[in-house]
Amino acid sequence: MNRRESLRALGITSLSAAVLVEACKSKAESKETTTTGALTGGPDRLPNEIERENALEKEKFFTKAEMATITVLADIIIPKDEKSGSASDAGVPEFIEFIVKDMPEHQVPMRGGLRWTDVTCLNRYGKAFVDCSKQQQLQLIDEIAYPTLAKPEMQQGVAFFNRMRSLTASGFFSSKMGMEDVGYMGNRPNRWEGVPEDDIKKYGLEDAKFG
Amino acid sequence: MGDFQIKKSGKVYDAIVVGSGAGGGMAAYVLSHAGFKVLMLEAGPFFDPAKHSAQLKFNYESPRRGASTKTRNFGDFDAAFGGWELDGEPYTKKDDTEFKWFRSRMLGGRTNHWGRISLRFGPKDFQPDDGISERWPITYDEVKPYYDKVDRMIGIYGTKEGLENDPDGIFLTPPKPRLPELFIMKGAAKAGVKVIPGRGSVLTEKLPGNNDRGQCFFCGQCGRSCKVYGDFSASSCLVIPALKTGNLELISNAMVREVLTDKNGLATGVSYVSKEDMSEYQVLGKRVILGASACESTRIMLNSKSAAHPGGIGNSSGVLGRYLQDSTGASQGGFLPQLMDRKRYNEDGVGSVHILAPWVLDNKKLDFPRGYHIEFGGGMGMPGYGFGGGVPTMNGQVPGRDGKMKPAGGYGASLKDDYRRFYGTTFGMAGRGVGMARYDNYCEIDPNVVDKYGIPVLRFHYKWTSDEINQAKHMQETFDRIIHEMGAIRTGKQHGPEDMWGLEAPGRIIHEVGTARMGSDPKKSVLNKWCQAHDCKNVFVVDGANQVQQSDKNATWTILALSMRTAEYILEESKKQNI
Repeated sequence: MNRRESLRALGITSLSAAVLVEACKSKAESKETTTTGALTGGPDRLPNEIERENALEKEKFFTKAEMATITVLADIIIPKDEKSGSASDAGVPEFIEFIVKDMPEHQVPMRGGLRWTDVTCLNRYGKAFVDCSKQQQLQLIDEIAYPTLAKPEMQQGVAFFNRMRSLTASGFFSSKMGMEDVGYMGNRPNRWEGVPEDDIKKYGLEDAKFG
Repeated sequence: MGDFQIKKSGKVYDAIVVGSGAGGGMAAYVLSHAGFKVLMLEAGPFFDPAKHSAQLKFNYESPRRGASTKTRNFGDFDAAFGGWELDGEPYTKKDDTEFKWFRSRMLGGRTNHWGRISLRFGPKDFQPDDGISERWPITYDEVKPYYDKVDRMIGIYGTKEGLENDPDGIFLTPPKPRLPELFIMKGAAKAGVKVIPGRGSVLTEKLPGNNDRGQCFFCGQCGRSCKVYGDFSASSCLVIPALKTGNLELISNAMVREVLTDKNGLATGVSYVSKEDMSEYQVLGKRVILGASACESTRIMLNSKSAAHPGGIGNSSGVLGRYLQDSTGASQGGFLPQLMDRKRYNEDGVGSVHILAPWVLDNKKLDFPRGYHIEFGGGMGMPGYGFGGGVPTMNGQVPGRDGKMKPAGGYGASLKDDYRRFYGTTFGMAGRGVGMARYDNYCEIDPNVVDKYGIPVLRFHYKWTSDEINQAKHMQETFDRIIHEMGAIRTGKQHGPEDMWGLEAPGRIIHEVGTARMGSDPKKSVLNKWCQAHDCKNVFVVDGANQVQQSDKNATWTILALSMRTAEYILEESKKQNI
């Protein structure tokens, strides 16, 4: 079955099918990437948006050293496992570089948080975070990764790690790799026929009725 | 400034329509199909969902992964060209009150991105008998034939429920509930909250008699506008078809300044500034139909001052701009531990609601008038910016895979696993209720401020009262009861009097109506029951400004029905040569 026929088989009318074949074609031709890439503009963008996007792409916010720390932290938060790659495999550091330019409210907390991390390591271990041993790095992370257990003097670290963890999860699971990992199966033409029977049984929802 | 001049065209149109959303679009559709020569002015660019929608893009095709921006307040792929703030087009607020004004500058206006939840007002919404709400000059029975025609023409899904104040329409099949929504239905039943299938303007099946629109293919992205015209946007369903009649001319990027009048005070046309060449234009028409959105139409009328209309056109009563209303809104969310590690399938569904709770309670037992409906949602949506934000909190509230509790937060392989485990377990519920029409909630012309085109801007004055705050409290209590009965865990914060029970700021729900209300008494209203200005018989207002007292139902379906009714009235009256 070609794409048009398979859309028809799904009960999608010929008008819808014609438009969707076009839509899917243009996507197949576009660069498949798991990292960030500026939108090159297009029919759904306004000129001022394209202008801003291009300007953001030219800007650079994080230093090389900061990017290195972000990469190590991101991979501690989301490491490679049997199912998928690590945060940096999915382009998370590049995403974080973009998003702090796009949302300037992240800039001071991120820059300051990275610095807090380095200074804390320097005081404890005499080295910047990236130069510490894995064991030393995790020792610090353990003290800031659990908000309810963290000591009061570590609260600034907790706040930074919360932000870093959120941005890492955003960047990873919204990537192609992350969507496959989590099993998102939508964003494609289909017919929604309701929850599968086996799930209805599994959760005992046979009696879920409208009032 | 030597060459600064106003460009005038000698052509006289049968009607000039200002604005291309639900109201303006419907009026232009009816009139142009009846053979009227119509000119439409739209303040933004041309927009055709078939060409300009971002539908079916994955969030990784957005560098910000679908997050919102200053120019895309509802996400990077949302259809709206506009937002809460527009460069060079300010609005102001008075006496420390709050009002948020969302404007879409584009063909089809805000209908390109709206929720498509399409509810008729009921008999008691037009003729309330609570002794508090004001009555409309029309009844449900007078509007019903137009609702019916809108249903047939545009298409809406739903089910016949026989509810007294939520009248049934002519429905297509509604989408089935998603998994978390089945839990909501069970929990709501136990909590004594009535839940019915959603009602939305999405073509879940072929619209009988229409070969120009495709059917919904269940991507859940109505907010991006639909490439196959499978949902209602004024662009795809009204203006673009009207252009095909050859009777409608459209000028985009035309920002209307005022309605022009002759010495007798009758409208002769409008003046506008073109955003493309920044030139001033005047166009002539036998009738002027305003559908620029409630507040924008009001602004145009207030700015249309002349000897015959010293307070602005339509303002001989002094109530133009008064009785501004937005819906109340409050929300809550949670997750279902039962659904952890759930099976994966495509659960996108439609981009409108699958299930909703209509208002069926008796106010005699309550401390607020009128009521609200609840919109529900949940399921395995497309991951984007903010994905899994609650996981580092939720993972401290339920046992891990090993059956043991662990502290919230974490990192590494176990956290990565938690993001997977919690995916698709969350749900949300949002109440949308009646904001009472009050003289003291209004917009007016700010005497000191103009926009970048030199047009005086609106200044807002809006305050909630205990009527709306008590309603929000009732919403939160209802949400909590449902969440408890679902066996779910709340994720949102506990609301209380300190934050008005989570009641959103006025304007936030983007249902603003009422500023040029209709009524029988010209001293107390702006329009008659045909939405015709009492003091200028060839000016009509077809957007939400004409509404007297909103209901809990979204305004759009009523805007469409009333605009169609007004357009047919214009056709009849022009046959009789009355206007």
